[in-house]
Amino acid sequence: MLRKRVIPIVLIDGFSVLKTINFSTRRNLGSPVTVARTYNTRNVDELILLDIDASKQNRAIDKFTIMDIAKELFMPLTVGGGIRTTKDIEMVLKMGADKVAINSEIFRNSFLIEEAVQEFGQQCITVSIDIKKDNNTYKIYSHTHRELLDLCLLDFCKKVEQLGAGELLINNVSRDGLMEGPDTVLISLISSLVSIPVIAAGGISAPSDCTQVIEAGALAVAAASIFHFTSYTPNECKASMEASGIPVRL
Amino acid sequence: MIVIIDNQMGNIRSVTNALLLLGADYLVSDAPSDIAMADGLILPGVGNFEKAMSNLNKKELTQEIINFVKQGKPLLGICLGMQLLFDSSDEGYPIPGLGLIKGEVLSLKERVNDLAVPHIGWNDLMVKKSVLFEEVNNGDCVYFVHSYAVYTTEQYIMATTDYGTNVVAAVEKGNIYGVQFHPEKSQQVGLKILENFIKLC
Repeated sequence: MLRKRVIPIVLIDGFSVLKTINFSTRRNLGSPVTVARTYNTRNVDELILLDIDASKQNRAIDKFTIMDIAKELFMPLTVGGGIRTTKDIEMVLKMGADKVAINSEIFRNSFLIEEAVQEFGQQCITVSIDIKKDNNTYKIYSHTHRELLDLCLLDFCKKVEQLGAGELLINNVSRDGLMEGPDTVLISLISSLVSIPVIAAGGISAPSDCTQVIEAGALAVAAASIFHFTSYTPNECKASMEASGIPVRL
Repeated sequence: MIVIIDNQMGNIRSVTNALLLLGADYLVSDAPSDIAMADGLILPGVGNFEKAMSNLNKKELTQEIINFVKQGKPLLGICLGMQLLFDSSDEGYPIPGLGLIKGEVLSLKERVNDLAVPHIGWNDLMVKKSVLFEEVNNGDCVYFVHSYAVYTTEQYIMATTDYGTNVVAAVEKGNIYGVQFHPEKSQQVGLKILENFIKLC
């Protein structure tokens, strides 16, 4: 039976790891290679590495950083940040990533998804969408332009699936870094809409929150703060999920 | 020496990282002459069946791989690399596969009820006795990422995993081996499987 995953997210600003609150306030946490090494030793399910400044600074994520991290990691690695073309995707995969996360570019050119799927296969294309609650409706947030987009979230998720994306990573910006618990309404809304795996990120504050995320319909929980700012480990999250009857890999 | 076939299809580096850790002697190449010289072959791959086969054809590697296998030397196909060992696939425009093992590759979508496709994540293996699975036990978890799966006769199936249906996780026909999951990304269990293959080379 498929195990539900717990995926640490490592955010970098070019070369060092950082943690954000509501996607803005930043704290520096050192070298991504050291962080990756720790997660490999802890035998985590998977790792997501995102360069959150790449798109804004109009550059691709640094290939040597990916290479150094991939060397230490015998588990799946998803890499995102500044992915604009199939050439960028090819570079990221060549450096040792297993999947790419595409975000900003799809709002300019959603056909990148289709093109990438044709070239590299559905299974390695993860689409990452940042979501913010505004006047009680969920809106897509552009991290690059720091504004809400005038797009229907549900239509857009459906379109992303139709274009062939293999996985959907939903980041709840309103809950980012606050560790206030996940927004299960949003998670179940999207999980029931699409038939590709949904990874939910944002708000995880305790291992028991992970159970809520899975029960809302996501196939994986992604989190950063809880692993960086508390003593909780991915394995403790999974132990708590297992205690609630969710199949995990321990 | 093991040759990892460079088919311009992605995550070769995760395979080389694993072989490096295991201390294997390897070369990444797309030259027919290197393949002819190799003691063992790894055909890795993520991506699209049609594109992968047309790349192999363009580089004139298709016949070279078939010749290599005929000499009785071991070949391991990983993920898409395993699917390429078969006759045909649903994925992309129809194009013949390597045809080394009888069978076809079909989309999982209509075959797994309402489960999400791609099948992504850690799933447990039911294994038969095989040199590849020496010290690997039933219930050990490995990492899968795929939307298409192999359909072949029972005699070639060496491992399965449960995802709405019995999904073929590994195949074997003489010196030809294939794994649908990513051993290079499956921590200790996966590294053990690669180590078992290296010993054959």
